[in-house]
Amino acid sequence: MKYLHEFRDPTLVAQLLHQIRQQTTRPWTLMEVCGGQTHSILRHGIDTLLPSEIRLIHGPGCPVCVTPVQLIDQALHLAAMPNVTLCTFGDMLRVPGSDADLFTLRANGADVRMVYSPLDALNLARRNPQREVVFFGVGFETTAPATALAVQLAARERRSNFSLLASHVLVPPALEALLQAPGCQVQAFLAAGHVCSVMGTTEYDAIAARNGVPIVVTGFEPVDLLEGIRRAVGQLEAGQARVENAYPRAVTNDGNPHAKAVLAEVFEVTDRPWRGIGLIPASGWQLRPKYHAFDAARKYPLGDISSREHPLCRSGEVLQGKLRPSDCPAFGRLCNPRSPLGATMVSSEGACAAYYHAGRFGQVHPNGESR
Amino acid sequence: MCLGVPGKVVTCYDDHGVRMGKVDFAGVVKEVCLEYVPELQVGDYAIVHVGFAIQRLDEAAAQATLDTLRSLGMLDAIDSSAEAEVSDEISPRIS
Ligand code: SF4
Repeated sequence: MKYLHEFRDPTLVAQLLHQIRQQTTRPWTLMEVCGGQTHSILRHGIDTLLPSEIRLIHGPGCPVCVTPVQLIDQALHLAAMPNVTLCTFGDMLRVPGSDADLFTLRANGADVRMVYSPLDALNLARRNPQREVVFFGVGFETTAPATALAVQLAARERRSNFSLLASHVLVPPALEALLQAPGCQVQAFLAAGHVCSVMGTTEYDAIAARNGVPIVVTGFEPVDLLEGIRRAVGQLEAGQARVENAYPRAVTNDGNPHAKAVLAEVFEVTDRPWRGIGLIPASGWQLRPKYHAFDAARKYPLGDISSREHPLCRSGEVLQGKLRPSDCPAFGRLCNPRSPLGATMVSSEGACAAYYHAGRFGQVHPNGESR
Repeated sequence: MCLGVPGKVVTCYDDHGVRMGKVDFAGVVKEVCLEYVPELQVGDYAIVHVGFAIQRLDEAAAQATLDTLRSLGMLDAIDSSAEAEVSDEISPRIS
């Protein structure tokens, strides 16, 4: 595929690794924010190819993983209603709620549908006016515009059988929260490329300046990731802390104005709890009052559902880069993708799943060997 | 979740007043909403996420990135061959 294989070119990979080795004189800790980047890094073994001074820790950029367990429980509650068709992305089906997951509920007869796009959910509502279609929308700034358009269209059509259970969260407040947390080890961020495709890069300037951390907007292929790392290390070695765009084929300074306009029209910023991390101020989106008729949490009595995590799961530490997945005592033994204890073992972007699928059952030696 | 895949726009059309298109991902053709990138034309590449084009893939920028990286590599090759020469000169003296 054009614009994929060029960015997997082994010659460029080798050359970038050589440059990174040459410019690295001290230990540095970098965090890649997006779970998609984490998977790419593990799948290609990029962490094992870097000089031993460079440590990559994995960020909270897995929307499925940070969706609060209470919202999963609410989705389960909605899906169990006889007249409701609950639609969501495939990754959400196996995420454990307090007692069950959507997949099990579906096996027991609930109408749970996996959709590729929020517009598929809207189409289901159009075709089945007798069903109440609820879209369980999760995701960062990359995904939220798709949800926003589905809601806007539903409102335009006065479609009363479509609503949204929203768990859309924002990256910049999470980066601030990580940096403020005691014991934060992050010295530079590789920012999530596709979040910036939508939002642009300007929100990150203040974070870089205020905290003295380089932020390099980075893509997802091996060459992109290594170029992001090269630039971040270059800044660290030179004592700089600014925003750089290492993914210009998909990211502009201002982002996507059309998507941002619809986001601003449909959503307003609110405080959000992140699963495993806790409440982060101004880190989520909720529907504006004019769209409240499409808010599933208002439309259906969800009451006070009391939720709880599995007591052994340490995904909160994993999501903050404080614990390597393979260092979790449950990893691989009690917890694996077939019977996950936490969301980070389920999602195609969760760090625990990334380690499991890459066969990383032990710590990685500085020289790259697993033990 | 933020997985975004580059694909090539093959057709554009209107559905319920929304600009849609068919996009080819290395042989797999999918329906994609083009509403957020209205400038997309047939033949353009787009980054697609959950059935939505979120950005036009800037082919010139892609090429410029590759060109820059390759030229850095050439400089590097010159650098390291210079290093090799230097070390060749030094090593006889050391030994
Ligand atoms: S390995 Fe399993 S139990 Fe441990 S943190 Fe990851 S998801 Fe939770």
